[in-house]
Amino acid sequence: MSASLEKGVRVLKEMIDAPIASYFSSCVHCGLCAEACLFYTETGDPKYTPIHKLEPMRRLYEQEYTVIGRLKKLIGLSKAVTDAELDEWRELAYNSCTLCGRCSVVCPVGNDIVYMVRKFREGISASGNAPEGLKGAVTRTVNIGSPMGIKLPAVKAQMKHVEADYGLPIPLDMEGAEYLVMLSSMEIINFPEYLGAIAKIMNQAGKTWTLSSTSFEATNAGMQIGNSDLARVIVSRIVEGAERLKVKTVISPECGHAFTALRWEGPNLVGRPFGFEVKHIIEVLGEFQKQGLLKTEGFETDRLTFHDPCQLARRGGVIQQQRDLMNMVAKNFVEMPDAGFMNWCCGGGGGASAIEEGEELRIEAFKKKKSQLETVKPDRLVTACANCRIVMEEGLEHYKMDIPIVGLTEMLAEHIPDPEPVKSEGA
Amino acid sequence: MSEMQFLTWVRGPGLDMAIGIFLLGVIWRLFEIYSLGRKKDLSAPRVVAGASGMHTVFRRSLPAPGMMKLAPVTYIGGYVFHIGLAIVVFLFAPHIKLIQSLLGISWPGLPSQVVDLVTVVTIAAMLVVLADRINRPVKRYLSTFQDWFTWTLTFLPLLTGWMAVRHMVFPYTTMLALHILSVELLLVFLPFTKLFHAFTAFGSRWYSGTVNGHKGVAV
Repeated sequence: MSASLEKGVRVLKEMIDAPIASYFSSCVHCGLCAEACLFYTETGDPKYTPIHKLEPMRRLYEQEYTVIGRLKKLIGLSKAVTDAELDEWRELAYNSCTLCGRCSVVCPVGNDIVYMVRKFREGISASGNAPEGLKGAVTRTVNIGSPMGIKLPAVKAQMKHVEADYGLPIPLDMEGAEYLVMLSSMEIINFPEYLGAIAKIMNQAGKTWTLSSTSFEATNAGMQIGNSDLARVIVSRIVEGAERLKVKTVISPECGHAFTALRWEGPNLVGRPFGFEVKHIIEVLGEFQKQGLLKTEGFETDRLTFHDPCQLARRGGVIQQQRDLMNMVAKNFVEMPDAGFMNWCCGGGGGASAIEEGEELRIEAFKKKKSQLETVKPDRLVTACANCRIVMEEGLEHYKMDIPIVGLTEMLAEHIPDPEPVKSEGA
Repeated sequence: MSEMQFLTWVRGPGLDMAIGIFLLGVIWRLFEIYSLGRKKDLSAPRVVAGASGMHTVFRRSLPAPGMMKLAPVTYIGGYVFHIGLAIVVFLFAPHIKLIQSLLGISWPGLPSQVVDLVTVVTIAAMLVVLADRINRPVKRYLSTFQDWFTWTLTFLPLLTGWMAVRHMVFPYTTMLALHILSVELLLVFLPFTKLFHAFTAFGSRWYSGTVNGHKGVAV
């Protein structure tokens, strides 16, 4: 056994807890999880059945934690986990799993399959068998500060542009601000209008907010690849930034997994509860709306639909707010089939979009979103995750569907009257 | 061994052994699984009505939205055979008498004609889910020896019980002995196969409901 495999197996063994033991002991091979997984429904290939994506982990559980399994191992009736096997399973545990969690909510015996895939990845990653694309993203995040290699000067440059465009200050390192606003690389590079929208919304709400020069990047490739040590390094920057600036709340950007990494995994990664709150921007906007701090003018009149990011809705518990916000500015908001709690993934969550060799499969899986969209035929698609947005833009382009995608925060901000002095129209 | 000796053995030492292995097996397996424990979740919970372990234990008995139409055979076949099995096991008068002799508790049963009908329906449902396991690519792909074996272990008591009541193939005494033997095999293997979901499904649902309920998601 190679040293890396030995490490992988050891890490994997440590991951197995009572819920996982209970889950593996409960599976009756009914196959319902396959029906819930877009990688199966769109390809028809049974190897994409979610519970099958965990087979090496199941065997290790049986061999190490059950009497019968130990006996079987002793007399040579069960084979050990090998490097070749983990190499083969990379496609199943990463490329074809976006941690969307649909399988987890349909399993009749209650198996939280995503909970297991997240932990299985720790073992694969430790054995060195994680996808190269994700390895690169993690290395860049740890060494440079962001998965796309963006550094502070790039953020400062965008801040300047946005300040000029919106006529509003973008505070940096303001101690004692109520909110610390986090960004995703995607927003810094591709969607700077998000930052402008935040400035307008905070200005109208009369709230103090700031960016941090030491922690602007919210995404966490360490969590996606399944390396808790690196995920901790990445999330610790945000914790330190928030504590240094003494903010009350950290706002996760329009990014699904960043929210999961910070809100739910964060305290567990650093080993202590946070002294500040973590909220997704949609939750904050929902609060502003309820408190009357978000005042919009006019309505979008074209046909709009909303794509629920999995980590925000099904895995994050934010389901109603986006609908109330949509209705605030949209006259013609229609829901896709299965919208909300049961929404289908864009196909690129959980780090999958960073895996180059997974692109063909992603495009195949996008047929699910395509069929959802074909049912409601929207003029535009609204979402609240920059990664979903990029993945869906690629999918729409591939299938030659002309449906522009817009972020909910920026759409709301367009309906906020421009502050004085106005230098130019908001994007 | 004569028919009577066979029946006496399965009713006596055979049953004792089977129940002994079953009970020890269940206790051991529950310990083996749940003593692993889990880490405390340090993130701040989001409290939402209806999102808890207990809610999921019950709620997960119903199909998730939109799922029934995707796998009607799995769902309907599954319901019919689980409910049918429960009725046959716990509401057939001779079974209640046996339980009374072992535990001292009893309850009213159903008329034997009704149980007979339920048995036939349950057997049919089991054959349907077996056919589905053979025909449906996903189920066939997932299936291992254990899936076929446990199906057989579950099916034989139903079949032999029904045949014994109807005095089919073998004399009643032999059939009854075979029936009891098949139940004993089921008991012996239950803790060590996927049949153990009869116990762990509740724990799994509870964990799932608790972990997701912590995030304010009613799963």
